[in-house]
Amino acid sequence: MSPLSIDAYLGVHSHALQVYSQRGEVLANNLANADTPNYKAQDVDFRSVLAASGGSNASALPLATTHGTHLNTQSASAATGSALKYRVPLAPSLDGNTVDPQLEQAAFAENTVRYQAALTFLSDKFKTLMTAITGQ
Amino acid sequence: MSSFKVFDIAGSGLAAQSVRLNTVASNLANADSVSGDPATVYKARHPVFSAVRAALAAHGGTPASEAAVRVAGIVTSNAPAAVRHDPGNPLADAEGNVFAPNVNVIEEMTDMISASRAYQNDVEVMNTSKDLMLATLKLGQ
Repeated sequence: MSPLSIDAYLGVHSHALQVYSQRGEVLANNLANADTPNYKAQDVDFRSVLAASGGSNASALPLATTHGTHLNTQSASAATGSALKYRVPLAPSLDGNTVDPQLEQAAFAENTVRYQAALTFLSDKFKTLMTAITGQ
Repeated sequence: MSSFKVFDIAGSGLAAQSVRLNTVASNLANADSVSGDPATVYKARHPVFSAVRAALAAHGGTPASEAAVRVAGIVTSNAPAAVRHDPGNPLADAEGNVFAPNVNVIEEMTDMISASRAYQNDVEVMNTSKDLMLATLKLGQ
């Protein structure tokens, strides 16, 4: 058996925690710019950011590219650029701002709960480790 | 540490909204400051917000450090001053007219409510982020 790596033991949760915290910043930025003319609301593409931070095994089964003209599915998200995507506005506004404060608040609340869930998972993993170390 | 940036962002929102509240207070306080000269009469002031662009680095996944909102400037309204015939007023001009500021009190009140709600939103974001950070500090205990 391979030696225990704390990183591998903690799994996806430590990476997820980072992404949730980044998403919190993006949502806070949307709320701060709720009255800025022409500001376009953004959100984090969770899957691509988590994959980029090395926390996902989404690339475990890549499509084989056997010909030069085949599209590389792995770099598809990289080709579209940033992991930040713009929100599709529900209704147009006179000043070109696409922030919906209610939607952003809901997303922020959801993000908070997910952050707390990831924290709980991590905390339990540490407790498990402590049980193993102290043998009680 | 990157996660403290959320406080900067919410803080910039608080600062911007309080500038907006200040201009509302100034406009409402001067709503009745008449003058005998349309050039010197008080003009309604409004802040203009601008976004400091947030861009995730293509793969690093870290938002640009200066993601926030800032007050780009304060503009004065170009709407014409309201003319009022009031010969008894000591400030009246030769024709007995005084000029009232172009402040729309109803617009200012709705602006105040909007600014107040946005301010409360930013405070909530700050409080929630603070709670999360405190919970993170207690991780593993």
